[in-house]
Amino acid sequence: MSDVAATARVVRALGARSIRQTFRRPQLISPIVVFPTLLLAVQTGGAGAGVELPGFPPVQSFLQFMLAGSMMQSMMLAGNSGGIAFAVDIEMGFTDRLFAAPIPRFAIVLGRLAGTAALGLFAAIWFFAIGLIFGAEIEGGVPGALLATALVTASALAVGGIGAAIALRTGSASVVQGLFPLVLVVLFLSSAFFPQELMVEPAKTIAEYNPLSFIVEGVREPIISGIDATQTLEAVAAIAGIVVLGLMLSARALRHRLRVG
Amino acid sequence: MEAALTPNWRANLATIAALMTRAKNELIRVPGAAIPGVLAPTIFFLGLNGVFGSLTQLGGFETGSYESFIVPVSMLQGAGFTGAAAGVNLARDYEQGWVDRLLVSPAPRWVLLAGNVLAASVRALVPATFVLAIAFVIGAQWPGLDGLLVCYVMVTATAAVAACWGSMLALHFKSQSAAPLMQAGTMALILLTPAYAPLALLQPWLEDVASVNPLTQVLEAARQGFVGSVTWAETWPGLMALAGLLLVFGGLALREMRRTNV
Repeated sequence: MSDVAATARVVRALGARSIRQTFRRPQLISPIVVFPTLLLAVQTGGAGAGVELPGFPPVQSFLQFMLAGSMMQSMMLAGNSGGIAFAVDIEMGFTDRLFAAPIPRFAIVLGRLAGTAALGLFAAIWFFAIGLIFGAEIEGGVPGALLATALVTASALAVGGIGAAIALRTGSASVVQGLFPLVLVVLFLSSAFFPQELMVEPAKTIAEYNPLSFIVEGVREPIISGIDATQTLEAVAAIAGIVVLGLMLSARALRHRLRVG
Repeated sequence: MEAALTPNWRANLATIAALMTRAKNELIRVPGAAIPGVLAPTIFFLGLNGVFGSLTQLGGFETGSYESFIVPVSMLQGAGFTGAAAGVNLARDYEQGWVDRLLVSPAPRWVLLAGNVLAASVRALVPATFVLAIAFVIGAQWPGLDGLLVCYVMVTATAAVAACWGSMLALHFKSQSAAPLMQAGTMALILLTPAYAPLALLQPWLEDVASVNPLTQVLEAARQGFVGSVTWAETWPGLMALAGLLLVFGGLALREMRRTNV
């Protein structure tokens, strides 16, 4: 078996393990599914009248507008949950056993990220299903839905890289869990839940420069109006930036983990 | 001998006080454990205000200040998180064998439950006060002393309801894995109300749910001072709703407590 095929097998096995781990533990799956779904319902029902505000982009319904935000929330929490599970593996010594195995070290991180990306994919499908069941239309059709799904999956991989880096650096599940509020801050300071032009200062200005806003707009555009090349490229650039940051941090953290044991 | 002569009610009160002191010690010794309970409602408050602040332009709001409108929601949310945390702590105590030791003590079951629930009520003052202070800094309206008092009564009693709910689940599942259910339950109860906008502006399905959700009365009572003046007509439904919720969830938690064997 070639080296690449062997590494791919390891990544696949670790990715599958991380997905099973998430679905077996309510603490890990509920932030990805239960809370974003609950918030989607509450925000759609509670702030749905916001579509009547002057300056709100033309949408079929507030649910249609909110789908991208919920996917982002779920994807970010999947990254956080992946980081927590990775840190638990480190605490329990499972990662040490993997380090001692004859497999490339980057495959260990990549396996975790593959699992997080799969959860991102699951989040996108879950919220598309909810949207379609409750009457939201996908203006970009099947290509638009596929594009949005791909962007959410890639974002999960990117955010998961940062979660994995923090898990490797600290080796503490409680520290990674402590980042949960930070995830909420980043979400609220983006255009995930409301158009940036209608937000209140200082959130409005911060949202304008928040990379997550670029990603969420890239995911939202195919849903509310159709595929737009500029928005898509901006989203891809933002995801690429986070991937590079995540890889750099993960590589440094991995070296640190191997040094300190 | 002295213990045998102590009247029951005094022994029960001493047990409740001891359990509350234990909860307080936890807070003092591990202050970091209280941070998520304080941080989450604060982030929600600032976040919701930044995101949905312009909703007041729609009309139908009793105030032009969204921070005044939303601050009681975040205070109740803090109470909900604190109450749910009491359930998580009880599950942890069960896993570590501490509850077993309490159950073999001569203290009645309701006393053990009351200690946990009352401790949550007192602890809920911390996030509520923190969120309120932030709200005043960014311009929330002063609710008046009566409005503040009513709001705090609603907050502490809501924490007690959430603690009963959390304790019930903790004793039923006997595992911290039930934590998401405890948190999601309280969060749903608090947010399926006119939390983001007045009843008339809600989507019809949420308006229907909020109309029958007893927490709507609690929220309206807690909110009244922040958006207008305090009246008995808006206060008593909140008190009645909380009494009913305490009766139901307190009863269910007690039932689980009685079913729990060593």
